[in-house]
Amino acid sequence: MMLKIKRVPTIVSNFQAEDAGARSGCGRNCLKSCCIQGARLPLYAFKKEKSADGGNAAVEHDKEPPVEFLDSLLLGEWEERMQRGLFRYDVTACETKVIPGDYGFVAQLNEGRHLKKRPTEFRVDKVLQPFDGNKFNFTKVGQEEILFQFEAGEDGDLLFFPNAPIDVDNSPNVVAINVSPIEYGHVLLIPRIFECLPQRIDRQSFLLALYMAAEAANPYFRLGYNSLGAFATINHLHFQAYYLAVPFPIEKALTKKVTTLESGVKISELVNYPVRGLIFEGGNTLLDLSNNVSDACICLQENNIPYNVLIADSGKRIFLLPQCYAEKQALGEVSAELLDTQVNPAVWEISGHIVLKRKEDFEGASEGNAWRLLAEVSLSEERFQEVNALIFEAISGNSTLPDEDKIADVPKTVKGSTLRLTMVGGTQECVVLQ
Amino acid sequence: MESQLALIEQSFNSRYSCHVREALDELPDSFTITDPSICGHPIVYASRGFLKMCGYSREEVIGQNGRIFQGPGTDRRSVMEIREAIREERTIQLNLLNYRKDGTPFWMLFHMNPIFSKEDGTAIHFLAVQVPLSGRGRRRGRRSHDSGTEDVIFGSCRKEVCFDSLLEVGRVLEHNNSVLDSEDSAGVVDIEETCEANELEKRRAASAIKNILSVLTHYSELTGRLVCGKRGCCNGTSPLGSSVAISLGRIKQSFVLTDMHLPDMPIVYASDAFLKLTGYSRHEVLGRNCRFLSGMDTDPSTLFHIKESIRAERPCTVRILNYRKDGSSFWNLLHISPVRSASGKNAYFVGVQMEEGGCRNQGGGGLSTEMRHRSTVGAVRVALRTLSMGSGSSKVE
Repeated sequence: MMLKIKRVPTIVSNFQAEDAGARSGCGRNCLKSCCIQGARLPLYAFKKEKSADGGNAAVEHDKEPPVEFLDSLLLGEWEERMQRGLFRYDVTACETKVIPGDYGFVAQLNEGRHLKKRPTEFRVDKVLQPFDGNKFNFTKVGQEEILFQFEAGEDGDLLFFPNAPIDVDNSPNVVAINVSPIEYGHVLLIPRIFECLPQRIDRQSFLLALYMAAEAANPYFRLGYNSLGAFATINHLHFQAYYLAVPFPIEKALTKKVTTLESGVKISELVNYPVRGLIFEGGNTLLDLSNNVSDACICLQENNIPYNVLIADSGKRIFLLPQCYAEKQALGEVSAELLDTQVNPAVWEISGHIVLKRKEDFEGASEGNAWRLLAEVSLSEERFQEVNALIFEAISGNSTLPDEDKIADVPKTVKGSTLRLTMVGGTQECVVLQ
Repeated sequence: MESQLALIEQSFNSRYSCHVREALDELPDSFTITDPSICGHPIVYASRGFLKMCGYSREEVIGQNGRIFQGPGTDRRSVMEIREAIREERTIQLNLLNYRKDGTPFWMLFHMNPIFSKEDGTAIHFLAVQVPLSGRGRRRGRRSHDSGTEDVIFGSCRKEVCFDSLLEVGRVLEHNNSVLDSEDSAGVVDIEETCEANELEKRRAASAIKNILSVLTHYSELTGRLVCGKRGCCNGTSPLGSSVAISLGRIKQSFVLTDMHLPDMPIVYASDAFLKLTGYSRHEVLGRNCRFLSGMDTDPSTLFHIKESIRAERPCTVRILNYRKDGSSFWNLLHISPVRSASGKNAYFVGVQMEEGGCRNQGGGGLSTEMRHRSTVGAVRVALRTLSMGSGSSKVE
């Protein structure tokens, strides 16, 4: 039995249409071969050497970083698009508040985000689905919705080219606007856009996302990922990111350490939070942290377990949240009251940032009902521990990785230098699962 | 960097007079004082005890942010708690793992108190006291791993956490990252285990805070710019708390924020770069309307255009002749834009200044003037989106 739910998809691009029939012959200034010739975009090439730690005594710089260049570029371009009217609404005009309580859930009243349209069917029982060029994907967005290319540079300083050509053959990573933003600066990071990868995490792409978080060097700029079945709407590999200058409730939740891997990565469990999940932090290098998390995600994907990922604390803390809400919804197990709020608990909602479309929901928003909603999303304790067992097995023995992931481990870089990824054999210490 | 050091000197001396350092140098405790209004929230004073504890010299520490003492074993959640306490301008006490200059880690009881200005209730400095922990904290259950090095297991806990065992269950257990071999806890988590800095250590922290505060209060009387350790004894309320000031403080560009709803639209925030550009000090500009920047040869029609845009709550970009405190003039490429608060309504105007032909490299690098204008506006929008938020506690109990 195929599990499906009906919902109105969020419009993330002005060129997204429900019936994503082929649009021939352009003039829309999209990214496909019809329009891409001669297109130019700013290019941000970051320095690859980054350590995962908070900045040791030995390290030189380390003051509170001023608004980093990446922030300036992203915010400047975003503001420009806002002045050009590319967004469907002014998100800063949406009232927002912190719900009183210990956790500080953030609620926003946003009537414009959800369209009054016919809901579409989404298949929620398969986390891995092949890319379908007929459906909407990011090569169909207008070039004006792309802010800049984001690449790994050589080992040197950060390089910035305000007007670089788009090297289609080298499949750049791009940062695009989300035209239905949750907050100011809401963007999409699309790795290797022209390779048309389906929504699934691989080591290279995850590392890119982590680099972006580290480059921004701003604890209030977070990246998020939704797998299929966990409320990703578009099956074209992408991460989301935006700024919110308060802590997310999930970041404030207490944690209980589970283990430290040989790579130095510490894994903890969330405690006293409505959704069960794991937190990865530390690691001898950023790469170690990235690989451990990627391997965990890949394991979940292969086992058809939908999940969300939150990259917080400038890439130093990563939350991995397996979930089952969509499945429950498809099986009719979610109460009508919750369904009526039309909140789809994806990564931001689970983290504690909840967008509400009805005024009464916003006015009546309480920590209690936010908790209730999110509790529905969580795996049960037993299921969660089963999933943990799978994850730990996968992380400790890299032999579980399918071959193509190993080969694809070399990201392209500007000027042809490559970043070699070393496989880390993590032997974790004894893990006791309750 | 020199200009930042100059700002630091000035910030400290103008508040407490230049004699305060001598008095502080006499105190035996380890403590630091930081200034949230300076870009980067740097340390403006470090006691001799602090320098001795961490192995740095004064020059290496002044102007740096506290994060340089963090390292791989420092619990990220604790770092977040400190960040939020700063943002919310409140006291916090927790156990924290820091690193010395030679890279060795050590545990300490970290106790931080905001210092409020009596005139407007803003947190103008943060005082942090560090009490190194002896490692003999009370532990329930587990055998101790005292092997002479710092192989002990600590829980990080806060004084404010109530003693409900359910909460203590949730505490993060750290073990020192310098010991990674399996001889250690082997990752087995005994979640009932907690540790507290012992009573003596906590009392040390509290009395150190008291002593230092009294020195600072006394010296602030000399300059007339009084401070106190509690917000309650302050007069006005500041329009922007230190949380927003810190977010705004990360923006390197020259800009001011004016409050649309107060009479005569006064400046409620001015960046360091603005002060440097115009030659004024912060308290000389806060509360005033921007018109003091205009002078004899400023084109009245430009002023009119600005006024009209403000009235219509519309952004605009102009080239206007402005004057510094010393009377010299400069061409200002000015961009103003209305900015909303978290209520969603227009509440402020941001004015971004760029000196024509002036120092191009204020961190803008390869960005055009328009882009630098816009990125500043964007960063301000992000900061102000949460202006009314976070007035509650960020403590999870």
